[in-house]
Amino acid sequence: MASYIPSTAEERQAMLEAIGLKTVEDLYAAVPASAKLEKLNLPDGLTEFEAAAAIEALAEKNRRYRSIFRGAGSYDHYIPAIVKTVTSKEEFVTAYTPYQAEISQGVLQSIFEYQTQICELTGMDVSNASVYDGAVAAAEAVMMCQERKKSGVLLSDTVDPQVLSVVRTYCESRNVPVTVLPSTDYALNPDTLRAALSDTSACVYVQSPNFYGVLEDVDALVALAHEAGAKVIMAANPISLGLLKTPGEYGADIAVCEGQPLGMPLSFGGPYLGVMACKAAMMRKLPGRIVGQTTDSQGRRCFVLTLQAREQHIRREKASSNICSNEALCAMTASVYLAAVGPEGLRRAAENSAAHAHYLAGLLNDIPGFELKTKRPFFHEFVTACPVPAATLQARLDKEGILGGLPVEGGILWCCTEKNTRGQIERLAAICREVSGK
Amino acid sequence: MKLLFERSRPGRGQNLIPACDVPACAFDAARLREKAPRLPEISEVDLGRHYTELAKQTHGVNDGFYPLGSCTMKYNPRINEEMAGLPGFTGIHPLQGEETVQGCLEVLSRLEALLCEITGMDGMTFQPAAGAHGEYTGLLLIRRYHQSRGDAARTKIIVPDSAHGTNPASAVMAGFSVVSIPSNAQGGVDLDALKAAVGPDTAGLMLTNPNTLGLFDPNILEITEIVHQAGGLCYYDGANLNAVMGRVRPGDMGFDCVHLNLHKTFSTPHGGGGPGSGPVGCKAFLAQFLPEPRVCREEGAYHFYAPEHTMGKVRSFYGNFLVAVRALTYILILGREGIPEASAGAVLNANYLMHRLKGAYDMAYDTVCMHEFVMTLERLKHETGVSAMDVAKRLLDFGMHPPTMYFPLIVHEALMVEPTETESRETLDEAAEVFLSILEEARSNPESLHAAPHSCPIGRPDEVAAARTPVLRYDFNQ
Repeated sequence: MASYIPSTAEERQAMLEAIGLKTVEDLYAAVPASAKLEKLNLPDGLTEFEAAAAIEALAEKNRRYRSIFRGAGSYDHYIPAIVKTVTSKEEFVTAYTPYQAEISQGVLQSIFEYQTQICELTGMDVSNASVYDGAVAAAEAVMMCQERKKSGVLLSDTVDPQVLSVVRTYCESRNVPVTVLPSTDYALNPDTLRAALSDTSACVYVQSPNFYGVLEDVDALVALAHEAGAKVIMAANPISLGLLKTPGEYGADIAVCEGQPLGMPLSFGGPYLGVMACKAAMMRKLPGRIVGQTTDSQGRRCFVLTLQAREQHIRREKASSNICSNEALCAMTASVYLAAVGPEGLRRAAENSAAHAHYLAGLLNDIPGFELKTKRPFFHEFVTACPVPAATLQARLDKEGILGGLPVEGGILWCCTEKNTRGQIERLAAICREVSGK
Repeated sequence: MKLLFERSRPGRGQNLIPACDVPACAFDAARLREKAPRLPEISEVDLGRHYTELAKQTHGVNDGFYPLGSCTMKYNPRINEEMAGLPGFTGIHPLQGEETVQGCLEVLSRLEALLCEITGMDGMTFQPAAGAHGEYTGLLLIRRYHQSRGDAARTKIIVPDSAHGTNPASAVMAGFSVVSIPSNAQGGVDLDALKAAVGPDTAGLMLTNPNTLGLFDPNILEITEIVHQAGGLCYYDGANLNAVMGRVRPGDMGFDCVHLNLHKTFSTPHGGGGPGSGPVGCKAFLAQFLPEPRVCREEGAYHFYAPEHTMGKVRSFYGNFLVAVRALTYILILGREGIPEASAGAVLNANYLMHRLKGAYDMAYDTVCMHEFVMTLERLKHETGVSAMDVAKRLLDFGMHPPTMYFPLIVHEALMVEPTETESRETLDEAAEVFLSILEEARSNPESLHAAPHSCPIGRPDEVAAARTPVLRYDFNQ
């Protein structure tokens, strides 16, 4: 049956008669005749075989690159085989939100484990069960900081432009002022922040490594913000946290991440994972699902959705957020990834990504026209100049199956991960040298 | 069972990432984290077994009947998963050049056209990642529309008291205040209350039709007309579209914008609470405000563009793209005949099960229902002390996921049952027998129900303690 209905037409007719109706139309007697659809203008249904061929044909129209030197919010890291094996188990894939704890301990425990790992990764006290993506995590974090006498968010033009756009959308509807501060040399100068802060500033949003890969002066920015009585939201690449100082260690109040690098494929932008964690003091402002530990009727450890008094199904218009479905399976993906790589593997992924990026930056900087523009410490992304139109460079790279860096103002934003081997990096540099004509 | 952290042993791990093949990069000590994260150190076999054990303690759609009202827990076809896992989709960077992602853009474009036909809308965005996110986006369309006309007075969104909790919460996030209106005796919108509520401050109405009582509002055309006459717009919460898809369209009922839950109506899996997808469709006059980017086809190729007065973005990139791939696969397979057949199947199954239970259980509204029905156990509770919660927990012992409990709020001791179309008559008959046997047990042995479940991995959890002294992460020092 094309619609995955198990019963035959005869069986359905018998069911209709069992309830005292004659035709399917009788089921829809409440629908006004004038509103009823006469003809649904869709193509005829396909068999599974035909549909698979149609969708595969679409997938084949996309270009897959052998090596990827582009990041800018979506990162091509190695995904251990165990990650997909676990996250395609049909119990996890097909379950709903774990409202019935007695038959949902698997999902609930996995979220509790995820929350613990996120706290460890970010240095924070409390994590929620996820939100839609890193940009929404940023916007929700800004909302957590708004108070009656303090409103608005200060951030620099070095944050991910997509994050900025989402933050602007969320702030516009709540009348929360957004102040974008100009950067100096691809980073926010603390003096610029100092001049912009006031005692009505609710929060400062710092991304480090920032959109251009550069590590911001987080220590100084956090100190200034807190001096002015503003909260600090710090966004970080979760892989970088295997190595670099955490939001917790910097003294941030809220940490947010785009969780995609933790085991999720590029997937043309989604599903991804919004990571949100905060200090204990802000726990009850955190949006979304949170899992807590408790005991059952026989005193055994178990897990439940908790602190639901924050949520929409209880509080309705007074809820801390409208979020209901989140990205539970992506959270599990991140959790399996972090368990598979362990502290050592995560550090290695971070170190190799940074080492590869610095090696590429060094090679490119030696090529006339590809000078390194981001002079300050960076993680695994950086900007160089480009002596030819970016499209010309990419056209040449296309021939070798390489996705080059992202064209940005002033040059190209490059990215390396642990997957970019020395051979790939040197080949890329050789092509750039050839393109430069020097 | 043990937590990941309790399975961890120092020095264990997996051989996944090669040693570095270029010179290491040294960061200032001040930039390094002081303490390594206490992530589990665990072998692959132990990790695999850990999750196999967790999977055994998780009830999915394939583990048994899942009549969770309002959630449309229909079967998730396997082919959808295979298509979403094609490397030609999963390996595509979202910021590749347009000419290299024509297949992805065609997925979005074709799915938009199909869903616009199903909903009677003219344009759609896939950026919202879930239903509530879609509600928010749809309300921003309404906000932008009034702003564009210089009509600053329209600050109120009308929401019936039977609505999902996300509706009022989304309205507040979108900058509106909420006016709640009561339902009438038939469970529909009270027209007099609606007429009294609308005015020059009305931005719009949010409505689920069929509503959360499982009833199609026969006054729907009048309702949308009242709102339009007052200058407001009408928002369709698509949570219950599974009852009517292919039979009546939100666009033909007078709605201006709509969100869909691809993870309900269009068979994509729920993943234990996401990722979902909440695309938002709208009539042509609102399309200029949709989030950017949108996809268009010009000169034989697909392109991104920003609508003229776009609200900006509500999420990065283009939404949960792989969920869209699944939904497209599903709609291609169902097609012209399958879509209305699915909705009729859902409505038939709900009515059949309701019919089997009627007489024994009290129905909140004893009339032909749509894809779900709501029972009230108020009388049972009064007579036996057995609550809706007790009945729900006892159902667990029979391998069934319980219906939605205590919702909608306007029905006391509510159980909301949504069988979906993908269940056979035998499954419904068996479920009916279970429901009826529990009713007998409620009268003969109420204590057994208070103590249920009896055969699950755990008994009822102490939720009060969980909220009073929150333990939200593993304590490594215990």
